[in-house]
Amino acid sequence: MDVRFINAFLDATENVLKTMAFVEPKPGKPYLKKDNVAKGDISGIIGLTGDLKGSLGLSFSEGCIVKIVSNMLGESMSGIDNDVKDAVGEITNMISGVARKKLEADGLNITAAIPTVVAGKSHSIVHVLGGPSIIIPFEIEEGPFVVDFCLDNAPS
Amino acid sequence: MDKNIKILIVDDFTTMRKVIRNLLKSVGYENIIEAEDGAIALRTLKNNEVDFIISDWNMPNMSGLELLKAVRADSELSKTPFLMVTAEALQDNVIAAVKAGVSNYIVKPFTAEVLNTKIEKILETL
Repeated sequence: MDVRFINAFLDATENVLKTMAFVEPKPGKPYLKKDNVAKGDISGIIGLTGDLKGSLGLSFSEGCIVKIVSNMLGESMSGIDNDVKDAVGEITNMISGVARKKLEADGLNITAAIPTVVAGKSHSIVHVLGGPSIIIPFEIEEGPFVVDFCLDNAPS
Repeated sequence: MDKNIKILIVDDFTTMRKVIRNLLKSVGYENIIEAEDGAIALRTLKNNEVDFIISDWNMPNMSGLELLKAVRADSELSKTPFLMVTAEALQDNVIAAVKAGVSNYIVKPFTAEVLNTKIEKILETL
């Protein structure tokens, strides 16, 4: 795997969540995921084209995303509702944007599609390229989430 | 700086409108209205005296860039300050926005302080 992609998505995730939701997630060790079962209760996924092709997903446990969206909106959320789904799409979009900007500095021009959001226990994240995907695990006090991406030249 | 200006937030994401509204309130702006996309924003602008537009770039129906062009082409609205919100600062997009007459742009994510500074800098030039 190309460490530039991991660093770009890791930095972008920390930046967006720290700025918009005032949380500082602790990253774990990246690993390869071979199935398409989501790691969380709600996921955002966005297609990428251009110098890199593939998709980027974010998958949050319920406790984690409720805390993040509550902080973003300044109001207490009780569970996964339409506002939370909407926020997951926007968070996915923002992390994709920040990561693509970082990769642009390396000469990689990447365009993103509109994010889609899926919720429910054991839902699927189907990557554009099929997989396998790379997982970057994160943790906040209220629960875990992962960045889950599959790019045309990511796994080696 | 006049904090009583009427600000129109244009974004198709409900949560992002709420986030921007909260950020604006935290730095003293209370007179805020919202629109879900560019087409609704244009109708809102015709029915309200708006002093400042904060618009997302990427929206269905009418994008932020299309809204900007429509505003600049309308003799009644053309002088309205327009802050574009983007998820990325791609050079081609920035050039297109500047050519269309954007007042400034801000890249997500951003803090209330950064948003306030952008607004104040635009208002200072009026």
